[in-house]
Amino acid sequence: MSLIISNILILGGIGLVAAVVLYMVSKKFAVKESPRIKAVEALLPGVNCGACGKAGCHDFAKACAEANTEDFKNLHCTVGGQSTMQKIADLLGYKTAEKDPTVAVLRCQGSCANAPAKFEYTGLKSCRLVSRIATSQSECPDGCNRMGDCVRACKFGALRLDDITGLPVVDENKCVSCGACVAICPKKLFEIRPKGKNGERVYVACRNRQKGAVARKNCLAACIGCTKCTQIHPDIKVQDNLSYIPMNVDASQYGEKLAQICPTGAIVYTGKKEQQS
Amino acid sequence: MIKKKTFSIGGIHLDKHKITAAMPIVDAGLPELVYIPVKQHIGAPAKILVKKGDKVKVGTLLADADGIVSADIHSSVSGEIVKIDEIIDADAYPETMIVIKVEGDEHEPNIDLSPTIISEIPYTPEEIINKVRSSGIVGMGGAGYPTPVKITISEGKKVDTLLINGIECEAYLTADGRLMVEKAEQIIIGARIINKALGIQNAIIAIDENKPEAIEIMSRLTKKYVGVNVCVCQSKYPQGAEKQLIAAITGREVPPGKLPVDVGCIVHNVGTAFAIYEAVQKNKPLYERIVTVTGDDAAEHLGNYRVRIGTPASFLIAKTTQHPEHIGKIIFGGGMMGVSAVNMDAPLTKLTSGILLLNDQDAVKPPEIACIRCAKCLDACPMGLRPFAIASAIKSNDFAELKRLHTQSCIECGSCAFICPARIPLLDYCKLGKIEVKKQQ
Repeated sequence: MSLIISNILILGGIGLVAAVVLYMVSKKFAVKESPRIKAVEALLPGVNCGACGKAGCHDFAKACAEANTEDFKNLHCTVGGQSTMQKIADLLGYKTAEKDPTVAVLRCQGSCANAPAKFEYTGLKSCRLVSRIATSQSECPDGCNRMGDCVRACKFGALRLDDITGLPVVDENKCVSCGACVAICPKKLFEIRPKGKNGERVYVACRNRQKGAVARKNCLAACIGCTKCTQIHPDIKVQDNLSYIPMNVDASQYGEKLAQICPTGAIVYTGKKEQQS
Repeated sequence: MIKKKTFSIGGIHLDKHKITAAMPIVDAGLPELVYIPVKQHIGAPAKILVKKGDKVKVGTLLADADGIVSADIHSSVSGEIVKIDEIIDADAYPETMIVIKVEGDEHEPNIDLSPTIISEIPYTPEEIINKVRSSGIVGMGGAGYPTPVKITISEGKKVDTLLINGIECEAYLTADGRLMVEKAEQIIIGARIINKALGIQNAIIAIDENKPEAIEIMSRLTKKYVGVNVCVCQSKYPQGAEKQLIAAITGREVPPGKLPVDVGCIVHNVGTAFAIYEAVQKNKPLYERIVTVTGDDAAEHLGNYRVRIGTPASFLIAKTTQHPEHIGKIIFGGGMMGVSAVNMDAPLTKLTSGILLLNDQDAVKPPEIACIRCAKCLDACPMGLRPFAIASAIKSNDFAELKRLHTQSCIECGSCAFICPARIPLLDYCKLGKIEVKKQQ
């Protein structure tokens, strides 16, 4: 009996001493952190996607808490969007900068029909691997490989591969424009663009830099660098046989015209209808 | 003298697939058109010197090396240039190629075509390097690194051993083995030429034990030449990889990210040694090479062919089989590291050591099943990596982990994918891992 008691006393004593030491150490070497950081972090989505340019949500919260009025305007959580930023601003007593919501767009229309596969690929399904060993699955050297690296990279389930076209489809409502697809795509096909009023966007859905005739042979919906779109708006430029529509081109004003004038249908105008349906 | 050496970690034993080992080298003949790519090497593409309509002879310089890490490109046939355009090559990349219509077979006058063997080397190291450079020689084992760079020692580096790589551990390929049997003396003289350029005395010709004929001939002939020795290695894949070969023969380990020259070794393929002999002693630029056409039962007339560079693969395939419809897959290179060709008309380059024809059944890839943690890939990896860990890091997008796993040390030998009982494409994962690690840097 006495053996049991002495054991309990010795172990209990060691435990008590260790607890006291640990408590003292934790008090003495405690890292003092502003309580505001914790409060801001609680408002954030907590997905640690890195789209804001910080290492994660905690880092972003720290940056918010330490920012002055000017710096705060440059901080933006794309996942949480305007509403989250408003909440943080209210908490910290700052004003949020007006920021248009953005969305990722796929700049390729090389579907299975437009740009058929030129070989049967049996290796690991990965766009990055295919583009290293054989440029591209279709004839187009800059086109989509249709293997879905972007789908696997998307943390928000906003992308899926279409069964018929084979191309990834962006779900506008789920996309938070974190940029994971932009970073992973070996062909740099994704671009983060403003969502636009009423969901109206206009962009060139092609990255093919071949000469017109070759591009056309590669893909039925390729930009052939005909420069017709440059006559509609002076800011549109054709470089390396490829047109690019800058983000300042007003989609509601020029979108329909641009989509109509493009002979191959490389220019995509989302229109108002999609928003309603 | 005969003591079988090998590297210590990893490696696999391939089945005996050397079907064409006993078949002598035969001339493949001349096709109607040749397609000569201006980039057949690592480095910058060569600058084109000719234009459409020009008449060229065998050995005429078509394109000039652009910078140090680049190589000259010579015409492999005589005839007229009909087109210079971007053409899809075997890997589906559009490459600039010079298309020549073959007319007769006229060689440049300074090329010595006589069969006499010249063993005297009256040239200075600079002259040798210049001759090698103007002959457009690249490493013919498959990497295609311009040879002039490899036979020039940069300051501060010290080299004591030249290794002539006659291992050819790849499945199916026999081009180097046949070359060692038929051109043994030329290879030895080639090794001596490299030795002279490097200013060293010691050359070792490494041959693996499954080539007894080559070992016998080489051992006999090396007695005539001081400083050249034969070393017999075990038949194990990838014994012929540069780092594994150095480990087997000298016991030195090349640290990650370093070159063989950092441990005092230079490795050249037997094909390169032969090409250097022909360039220096015979003024013959690199315009033809030995290509093994092989495969289990896809073609009737398999063999080792002497092929002009730029010959379309379809020409060679038509020579070997009457029934090309039975071919399920064409692989440029060997069974382990070769790349499946997209275009049957793709030209053979300075680096194509073989064409492997697979029949319809062999061409099908078996489905992948779940990893059973047998760790066979660990035992097989000659670099001591953990292929399954690399694969799972890729699957979970953990790119920081890839660096910790030393993915960039992978030599892409394919031993892991070969040994995997679950048929997981581990090599593909490792290749993907290397892309990601490169992106981070």
